[in-house]
Amino acid sequence: MTELAHIRNFSIVAHIDHGKSTLADRLIQLTGTVAERDMKDQLLDAMDIERERGITIKANTVRIDYPARDGHTYVLNLIDTPGHVDFSYEVSRSMQAVEGSLLVVDASQGVEAQTLANVYTAIEADHEIIPVLNKVDLPAADTERVKAQIEDVIGIDASDAIEISAKSGLGIPDVLEAIVNRLPPPQGERDAPLKAMLVDSWYDTYLGVVVLIRVMDGVIRKGDRIRMMQTGAIHNIDKLAVLKPAMLDTPELGPGEIGIFTASIKQVRDTRVGDTITHEKKPCDKPLPGFKPSVPVVFCGLFPVDTNDFEALRTAIEKLALNDASFSYEMETSAALGFGFRCGFLGLLHLEVIRDRLEREYGIDLITTAPSVVYHIHMKDGTVLELHNPADMPDMVNVAHVEEPRIKATILVPDDFLGDVLKLCQDRRGIQLSLTVAGARAMVEYDLPLNEVVFDFYDRLKSVTKGYASFDYEITGYREDNLVKMQILVNDEPVDALAMMVHRDRAESRGRQMCEKLKELIPRHMFKIPIQAAIGGRVVARETLSAMRKDVTAKCYGGDVSRKKKLLDKQKAGKKKMRQFGKVEIPQAAFINALKMDE
Amino acid sequence: MNALLQANGAAEGDWREAGFGLYLHWPFCAAKCPYCDFNSHVSGNVDQARWRAAYRREITRAAELTEGRILGSVYFGGGTPSLMAPELVADILETVRRSWRCTNDLEVTLEANPGSVEAGRFRGYRAAGVNRVSIGVQALNDADLARLGRLHSVAEARAALDLAIETFERVSFDLIYARQGQDEAAWRRELDEALAIGTDHLSLYQLTIEPGTAFGARHAAGGLRGLPDDDTAAALYEVTQSLCAAAGRPAYEVSNHAAPGAESRHNLIYWNCGDYAGIGPGAHGRLTDDHGRRPTTAEPAPQRWLELVESNGSAMAFDRPLPAREQAEEYLMMSLRLRDGVDTARFERLAGAPLDPSAIARLEDLGLVETAPGRLTCTQHGRLLLNAVLRELLAD
Repeated sequence: MTELAHIRNFSIVAHIDHGKSTLADRLIQLTGTVAERDMKDQLLDAMDIERERGITIKANTVRIDYPARDGHTYVLNLIDTPGHVDFSYEVSRSMQAVEGSLLVVDASQGVEAQTLANVYTAIEADHEIIPVLNKVDLPAADTERVKAQIEDVIGIDASDAIEISAKSGLGIPDVLEAIVNRLPPPQGERDAPLKAMLVDSWYDTYLGVVVLIRVMDGVIRKGDRIRMMQTGAIHNIDKLAVLKPAMLDTPELGPGEIGIFTASIKQVRDTRVGDTITHEKKPCDKPLPGFKPSVPVVFCGLFPVDTNDFEALRTAIEKLALNDASFSYEMETSAALGFGFRCGFLGLLHLEVIRDRLEREYGIDLITTAPSVVYHIHMKDGTVLELHNPADMPDMVNVAHVEEPRIKATILVPDDFLGDVLKLCQDRRGIQLSLTVAGARAMVEYDLPLNEVVFDFYDRLKSVTKGYASFDYEITGYREDNLVKMQILVNDEPVDALAMMVHRDRAESRGRQMCEKLKELIPRHMFKIPIQAAIGGRVVARETLSAMRKDVTAKCYGGDVSRKKKLLDKQKAGKKKMRQFGKVEIPQAAFINALKMDE
Repeated sequence: MNALLQANGAAEGDWREAGFGLYLHWPFCAAKCPYCDFNSHVSGNVDQARWRAAYRREITRAAELTEGRILGSVYFGGGTPSLMAPELVADILETVRRSWRCTNDLEVTLEANPGSVEAGRFRGYRAAGVNRVSIGVQALNDADLARLGRLHSVAEARAALDLAIETFERVSFDLIYARQGQDEAAWRRELDEALAIGTDHLSLYQLTIEPGTAFGARHAAGGLRGLPDDDTAAALYEVTQSLCAAAGRPAYEVSNHAAPGAESRHNLIYWNCGDYAGIGPGAHGRLTDDHGRRPTTAEPAPQRWLELVESNGSAMAFDRPLPAREQAEEYLMMSLRLRDGVDTARFERLAGAPLDPSAIARLEDLGLVETAPGRLTCTQHGRLLLNAVLRELLAD
């Protein structure tokens, strides 16, 4: 147990590539927390995907013992928060678990949109914030401009920002001193009933579910019977430890301390981020505020390329779900794609991460169908349906109106590209909320429908701004709009996996794009194939894929028989990579590529 | 004991439907053509006596394996068989006649290049017993001949054709069309000229870019501009069909045209799935014995082939017998190339099941196949889409 006065809890807020993980590595290294031989780059980003993409998906924690210049040894708990909008709730909980933040900004790049969202979350959590300018040794570094930007855009004092180079180690001791001197110690009553926040949890093959907590009040000990106040579940604490970052057993954790426990919990979904943990016997009076159950906002179908892989996919999805409570799934059957799963995600990045892990860690080739958001379908009889899959859209005659989720998007962009960004947002049915220009950078806020953002908005934004824009969003609510289901008919048969919800005003152009795209993606057949987009019974766009004219081997004699036979077998095998739709075979890649728009 | 007499069951006796022939491969060429993916080699120094001995041994061995059969055709292919000395051809044909009983009208074809040197050997080949030549003319304009890497000129080709017509009972020649920049009008003119030469057999191939050839590499690197697209190639094919039919030499196979009765009997053995012995470097064969119908292959490298024959007595290797189902697929794949199509009862005997009637009905609806009692044939339109038709009929 450490005295409150000698504890400092903090997080690091930074944009991708601005050096958050490198700084964390340096702090760990300089304090000797990890032996030199165990150091590897980006120690806290444990998953391959995290290292590759330079993002943090799971919160990671490390406890550092720091002998400060004042002669006391302080316990510094760093919670490395997820750096992406998809995980904004998880970020907000991590922020509630600490008292201060280091705001790390690349001195050559300046503030980015994702930094903004997280720094606002930190401000909302009443954090003391220490601005840190990283990469000050780069020739392109412009510390004065970036300080001014921090003051203009974020509105915090940057005059005493610490200038560092996480890469070379420059300024790292100053950061450690500032954590001790400028961040407040945690508050808490050792004698009060136990009140701890569940910050994160993950599955460990040997230990089962590991739960990361921050103790607010009271003391938790090994062997305690505890209650999770939101789920009501009761568990016995089997193991209690701190992370350095390897687990180091501890007999108890008191107020202000951060650590983990295990309690024979089998599934991560039995633990809820933000839940309050207390003793079964002597509980605290009320749970911590701000708990939200996680709700998937983006859905898509995942189907195995090889239909024989369905069981393998089921097993893989079940395993992933063990470790990710925010990911939902249910079985889905598609006429085109066979058996698969309709999966729900916190956002697009979450979707990509899960899909990548299924493909890489479990070796399953997947067909991903168009991501869709959740629509609220208000029926004429007064009931409201949640529509996760456009294929399930009820007949319009029974529908009173349809509501779609809207977001507030924040985009930061060099002003050279501002026009392109405004046009993109306008094209996606955006309503401008604000536009501010600070120096050569502009910040725009737009009210946008989530369904316009969910598929390729971010890719388009990157491409129109040559990668210079940063983007963040939060869901603001549901709003009614003129939304209809658009069917795609290939050879007069509706293809359920290509059905989508569109705004009525955009249906024609969207339908035309889809038909043109499909015409390129579907190989020619022995007959001509009409490709149509239809709303209800009305065709709004049409293309015709002309029939194949020639597919024959010119020369075939005795010496060619075996070779040509092999070629034919290969073509037959190629047919298996297609999905039969009526008389038409559609390549798997078409289902997702048909949705990509080259605007 | 003749192994064939023991053969019973549908698959084992099936080859009899189309007879038995002998293919001899001569692997050398004066130059390698950029479109050619056949087993051919350029060598300035070929010991013809050594080759004669090797062919003799291999022919004798093949005859032992096919004892009692009646041989209907001999075909010298390559490579460029017209680089063989007429004496070597004569010796081989003598060995063949000693080894098998031959039909009275044994067809003996030799592939020839239309260069002046080769034409000088025509009389010698005739005397050796060759009664049919197939001449690789390929194009009737000099610019395209050069592009195709051919060493002869149009004038030389015409002279060679005249001499061949004078020398042999039967003459065929090849043209390659759907060439770079070739439009319908140009091909009509060229084909009219070709038909006017008056041979009773023509092989008209659309240029195919094969991987592993010089053209394949050039095409992959973005070269060979102006090749007709599939729609244009299809139109050129249709022009070919109508001009040849009007000139009395209709298509009897995808790329082969003949006056009635002038069809290549040797190639019909392939397309009707008869048996054939394949001798020479890289030659393929299909031989039925009491184990079943077995594909044979031979060592493709000329020097290695020679050494193998000399040391082991043979360079021919037998694969495992084709399962009846695969025989059926081969039969369908080959016979649908023919105007006369597939004998459905024969297919059913091999496959153990009839062709899928629903697939046939779909293809019939699309105008790609026609049915008559006991037969299924491709329409002209269907023959151009033969691979797609086969995928449909053989889908599992």
